[in-house]
Amino acid sequence: MSEISGIEIYPIIALLIFVIFFVVMLWRMYKMTKAETDMYSQLPLLEDDEVIDTNDTKE
Amino acid sequence: MEKVEVRYDNKIVKYFAYATITWGIIGMLVGLIAALQLAFPDFFNDYLGYKYISFGRIRPLHTNAVIFAFVGNAIFTGVYYSLQRLLKTRMWSDKLSYLNFWGWQLIIVSAVITLPMGFTSSKEYAELEWPIDIAITIMWVVFGWNMFATILVRRVKHLYVAIWFYLATFVTVAVLHVFNSFEIPVSFMKSYSWYSGVTDALVQWWYGHNAVAFFLTTPFLGLMYYFVPKAANRPVYSYKLSIIHFWALIFLYIWAGPHHLLYSSLPDWAQSLGVVFSIMLIAPSWGGMLNGLLTLRGVWDKVRDSAVLKFFVVALTAYGMATFEGPMLSLKNINSITHFTDWIVAHVHVGGLGWNGMLIFGMMYYLFPKLYKVKLYSQSLANAHFWIATLGILLWTIPMYWAGFSQGLMWQEFNPDGTLTYPDFLSTVTALEPFYIMRSFGGLIYIIGVLLMAYNIRKTVKSGTFVKEEVVEVTPTIEKKKKEKGEHWHRVIERKPVRLLVFSFIVIAIGGAVEIIPTMAVESNIEKISQVKPFTPLEVEGRDIYIREGCVGCHSQMVRPLRFETERYGEYSKAGEFVYDHPFLWGSKRTGPDLAREGGLRSDSWHYTHMIMPKQISPGSIMPAYPWLADDDLYTGHLEKKINVLRGLGVPYPEGYEKEALSDLQKQANKIAENVIRDISKENSNVQVSDIAGKEIIALIAYLQRLGTDIKAVPAEETELETSMK
Repeated sequence: MSEISGIEIYPIIALLIFVIFFVVMLWRMYKMTKAETDMYSQLPLLEDDEVIDTNDTKE
Repeated sequence: MEKVEVRYDNKIVKYFAYATITWGIIGMLVGLIAALQLAFPDFFNDYLGYKYISFGRIRPLHTNAVIFAFVGNAIFTGVYYSLQRLLKTRMWSDKLSYLNFWGWQLIIVSAVITLPMGFTSSKEYAELEWPIDIAITIMWVVFGWNMFATILVRRVKHLYVAIWFYLATFVTVAVLHVFNSFEIPVSFMKSYSWYSGVTDALVQWWYGHNAVAFFLTTPFLGLMYYFVPKAANRPVYSYKLSIIHFWALIFLYIWAGPHHLLYSSLPDWAQSLGVVFSIMLIAPSWGGMLNGLLTLRGVWDKVRDSAVLKFFVVALTAYGMATFEGPMLSLKNINSITHFTDWIVAHVHVGGLGWNGMLIFGMMYYLFPKLYKVKLYSQSLANAHFWIATLGILLWTIPMYWAGFSQGLMWQEFNPDGTLTYPDFLSTVTALEPFYIMRSFGGLIYIIGVLLMAYNIRKTVKSGTFVKEEVVEVTPTIEKKKKEKGEHWHRVIERKPVRLLVFSFIVIAIGGAVEIIPTMAVESNIEKISQVKPFTPLEVEGRDIYIREGCVGCHSQMVRPLRFETERYGEYSKAGEFVYDHPFLWGSKRTGPDLAREGGLRSDSWHYTHMIMPKQISPGSIMPAYPWLADDDLYTGHLEKKINVLRGLGVPYPEGYEKEALSDLQKQANKIAENVIRDISKENSNVQVSDIAGKEIIALIAYLQRLGTDIKAVPAEETELETSMK
């Protein structure tokens, strides 16, 4: 690999992609409010509240 | 906002759920047969020695059936159920839903037919031949299209994290499947991999590892994030953690594939990347496991009563164990003991039986009472299933860990004088027989548990009434975008899910691209060795028989640069030896010895007798007998096409050679037949050269006798020098 010209830049780019990816992700998490996350986490539990009929079409 | 009526399609969920249970039982039974073949080889050789059920053909059938039929149908069951409810909309198209269902079952049936017939690409978990590969691609697009369109017409604004996992699953599996399946057809059910040797190995294990990641893990994490909160009736422990879990997991997972190729001829830098990323994977994996388990905080008392939650708890625990063990196995010092042994098989089954199996069972016990609007027939039977399944997992995995560890150490053991303590490979296999018997028993117990579940569900179904459509009234939290006059069609598409899809693609593409492109593009990664020549026509045919019979399931062709390996097998394998291998056949398990240096070690007649009845020539051998190879004529009808296709892939056969190939093949076959006859004629003087020269076994012997001979032809120093000079 050392024979390839300009190879030194590769690990630096790789490290940058890696660090930026995690910094951005963690920053976005940090910025999320509790109200938001509470609302999102309730999504699977809310759905049944409005079931009006589960028995009108039978097979 | 006005309320709207929505009708969730339960019928498609029911279809997939039934398919899950049916294929689960079949796939596990096939696994049990394979396990019994290793435990009682003599019984199978003497009474059930049919080619269609020989171990090499049955093993891929087992793996394909449990991965794509059992787990695959379970994914669809869970996704079709949860997606509609999380998005408050019916699936976008019923037609696509049922096309997805029937298409997938058809693919499974074609696998059940073609794998025992010996139609295989030999690439692990991607064995199905090219026409089925195309069908899989189409069906996967049907699934993704239906899912994505459903997301676009949803009635809730935010996409719950489970759906993120579903989307990443769709994108990544599509990419993996397409890139790993590049192959050039020779005939209707035969193809050669587009890649060769080292590149093929890297692409295959990038695929194989991420099939585990994106078929057995991410969709199940999505299901976990939906069904665990539902069953516990509590929101997930930390939504932020689930998002971190998602992005970190898909980003890191895709890099880890090379840990399947440690100490192999893969360039070192790629191996190191695989190790580093595997270690990092512990963090998101355990984040997800803890997030699931902590969702149950405060409701652990429910776990005592609910079989569903019990299954989920063990599933998550098994996930935690497997994802801790995986990174440990990718450390080179541990890998040198465990690789090629039954340890890996145990590791896979902690994931398969524990994580996938238990999550599926929990999901089934949750779903059927809902689908049939009735209580589960028997909670105590479900609890019994739980304990039986848990016991089955322990009885399955503990003997295999033991077997793997013992065998790994036996391979490495040296006497004080520097010779191997167990020079005879067979002695390290016969030592494992009790473990193979115990493992079969563990598997049997696990299957009994599944049968109990099937009975329990049948009784539940009988006592309830199927709710074909669940009708709900929902308040949309998202405005329907209407297409305005002159507006670009793009605007109609909601931007966020598209963005999510694109981001997921970019994130998973980085790792794959960084590892694969340089391996293919930079020549110095695969040093050419001038002595390595293409296979002769007879060897090409023999290699295809080797592939057909699934020999790669038990025999590796990769001598690692470790003293105990070179002492046993000879010079370690070099990347340049495999440049004409389409596909590569390095293997991942040594139930039998490595064959990379097999050529010339034994006589042609030894192989002839050994193949017909292995234990006759090596007593105690657990290898299946292949008597049909000596009976069946070698079919050479595709030889010309094979030579042409291989030349097209870069194997340097001279132009026009395809016309001479057949006569070269016959010449070489006659020579081998003469050798065989000379040795065995004492016992059976009636056999003529013409009787056996045209048989399949001769081609296979030609191939085996070629293995490693190119490099043996030159002194070791010279090859070292040659490679270092380049």
